[in-house]
Amino acid sequence: MVRMSGARALVEALKREGVEVIFGIPGGAILPVYDVLYDSDIKHILMRHEQCAAHAADGYARASGRVGVCMATSGPGATNLVTGIANAYMDSSPIIAITGQVPRAFIGKDAFQETDIIGITTPITKCNFQVRNAADIPKIVKTAFYIASTGRRGPVLIDLPRDTQLEEAEMNFDEKIELRGYKPTYDPHPLQVEKAVQLLIQAERPVIVAGGGVIASNACSELIALAETLLAPVATTLMGKGAIPEDHPLSLGMLGMHGTVAANYIVQDADVLLAVGMRFSDRSTGNIRAFCPNGKIIHVDIDSSEIGKNIKPHIPIVADAKKALQAIHSHLIEKFKRKERSTWLSRVQELKKIHEEMIKSEGDGIKPPALMAEIRRLLPNDAIVTTEVGQNQMWAALYLKTYKPRTFISSGGLGTMGFGFPAAIGAKVACPNVPVVDIAGDGSFIMTEQDLASSVAWKIPVIVVVLNNSVLGMVAQWQRLFYRRRYSAVDLKGIPDFVKLAEAYGAQGFRAQSIEEFRAAFKEALNSDVTTVIDVPISSEENVMPMVPPGNSLKDIMLS
Amino acid sequence: MAMEGKKEDIYMISAIVEHKPGVLYSVSNMFRRRGFNIESISVGESEQPDLARMTITIKGDEDTVEQVVKQLKKLISVVKVSILDPKNTVSRELALIKVNTPDARIRSDVINYTEIFKGHVVDVAHESLIIEITGDTDKINAFIELMRPFGIREIARTGIAALPRGMRSTRME
Ligand SMILES: Cc1ncc(C[n+]2csc(CCOP(=O)(O)OP(=O)(O)O)c2C)c(N)n1
Repeated sequence: MVRMSGARALVEALKREGVEVIFGIPGGAILPVYDVLYDSDIKHILMRHEQCAAHAADGYARASGRVGVCMATSGPGATNLVTGIANAYMDSSPIIAITGQVPRAFIGKDAFQETDIIGITTPITKCNFQVRNAADIPKIVKTAFYIASTGRRGPVLIDLPRDTQLEEAEMNFDEKIELRGYKPTYDPHPLQVEKAVQLLIQAERPVIVAGGGVIASNACSELIALAETLLAPVATTLMGKGAIPEDHPLSLGMLGMHGTVAANYIVQDADVLLAVGMRFSDRSTGNIRAFCPNGKIIHVDIDSSEIGKNIKPHIPIVADAKKALQAIHSHLIEKFKRKERSTWLSRVQELKKIHEEMIKSEGDGIKPPALMAEIRRLLPNDAIVTTEVGQNQMWAALYLKTYKPRTFISSGGLGTMGFGFPAAIGAKVACPNVPVVDIAGDGSFIMTEQDLASSVAWKIPVIVVVLNNSVLGMVAQWQRLFYRRRYSAVDLKGIPDFVKLAEAYGAQGFRAQSIEEFRAAFKEALNSDVTTVIDVPISSEENVMPMVPPGNSLKDIMLS
Repeated sequence: MAMEGKKEDIYMISAIVEHKPGVLYSVSNMFRRRGFNIESISVGESEQPDLARMTITIKGDEDTVEQVVKQLKKLISVVKVSILDPKNTVSRELALIKVNTPDARIRSDVINYTEIFKGHVVDVAHESLIIEITGDTDKINAFIELMRPFGIREIARTGIAALPRGMRSTRME
């Protein structure tokens, strides 16, 4: 037991959890904590909007596999975090959000900058805590980190009334935590594993779909090993991109609304589908009633509520992806006899060729698929790519191949414009030695561009490639295809000159009108120690293809 | 959440939850957000001081109820969830019913019915009585229907509390 203030206990507890960096913005209700941070060795990165603080913590978590931490004051500081918390929740990213709160005696009185952040974040956090007594802080922090980083990962919020930060108490940092209502299931049930193995052994056309859970549980080598034994092609969800290197012969790329032809066709044709760490989101399955019509589905997920939520699997397995894949593989190897799959696999290769054809560009100007392929050539394999939301995101997902887990970071479940840039900052802080590139749209980038200031001030150099089509491109695409070209509210008139914008912040700005100009600018950016924005004007008429119109089955895929 | 053409039933769910602020909120908020229809919910202390028991009745098909149970279990403050089998469950609800009794004849009718239903008169005023009645939901509904012609002023119902019979248990060990 040591006597200290709540604020000091918080910072001490964070240190014990191994926290090295916090992304945040101070304010009245969290001042005592900032006073302790003033001479702590935890680095605090001052962001320019709390939403960015949350996204940066999220990017940090996804790139490193560790828990990211963000901090804000009460009221508007806390509510500004909300989008970032919701985003982390949808994508199961482990972050801790710490908010100041008005003093205990003022709670419920509508005091200045009081907001019910516990009420607001209950549906978008794994759980949240409001500190009632300073002495509880060490245990709450320990519990919060444990919950955020285990089971199905996700955000946890700790709300600290200002007077609990000042209150002195005897602090016990070694108290054991016990959570009667939280016991994640890691080990798969042997009977279920056996049933899955039976199905996989008999399968003629087995296919694996890997989601973000495979990356979260560091199960990529297990995934690849099983795929190679079975000779089963692997499609990924957006969140699963990177679970298998996309130049692997068995990799199909992403499936779904903007999936590759190969992924969508092969998944639909599977006779046994092994879905791991994914949740059958509508963006991945297309019309769910028409999904994988003749296949038996094995669904592995650590969150039992995902099983049966959107699709009823033939064999449910509640388990950690890594443990499940290991168990399936080791049982399968004992009995498995390689089957003749050459026709099936040559069909895979044929369908994959269609995708490669789509990268080839013709006509004037820079074509996004070709640009993505060029960026891939210019980047080392371990470089991290983040994306904004919209066409930029889907071009990156489709045409910028990912070779390693945790090197493709995108807002999947929430689809948050403005995520990519602050997430890139967080990823760069986590992995300072690899290049980090945000593939952006002009509309998304202006939602969080103010954090050019923090990236410059804190010397966190990232590269932002703005696919500048002067429209809210993805919305325009839907209006073009489904609303008779009635372009309602998508023209981004008044978009700034991104080169000048970058320069105004002390960053570097380039404009690239051709692939050659782009290559030169990008190389310079890679060698630079300051953030670079590359403005790439593209046509506002481009469509991201392939595309499955909403409500259709995955095979109803448009190529142009 | 209800899937097409599936048979809907009333299910009773017993949940042991941590006895602390915010738990009822997180449970009811989850029901609202996922579109599950609660018929009744009751909360009170359980046999263990730091745990409370919630009894939830819900209308839905089998798949919906399976989701409800999983979503409940996913909440960190929910410790144990059981679906109660109606055949082997004792369920009770308590209702307070304030009935108009403008004259002596009506008053004695109301009192007679109350006795037949093994209820109690718990408050007497010049022109009204408050009846306390306990039983399963059907019994209470039947009694309320009987009282309706007399003129019901107010009803307060507790919602269902339920426990499995005999050695079956929903206890947190
Ligand atoms: C915060 C937020 N607001 C609105 C949307 C809806 N939306 C989805 S894509 C999109 C357009 C994105 O435009 P831009 O960033 O320029 O990217 P592009 O599609 O042109 O590549 C919009 C408005 C969203 N996803 N997120």
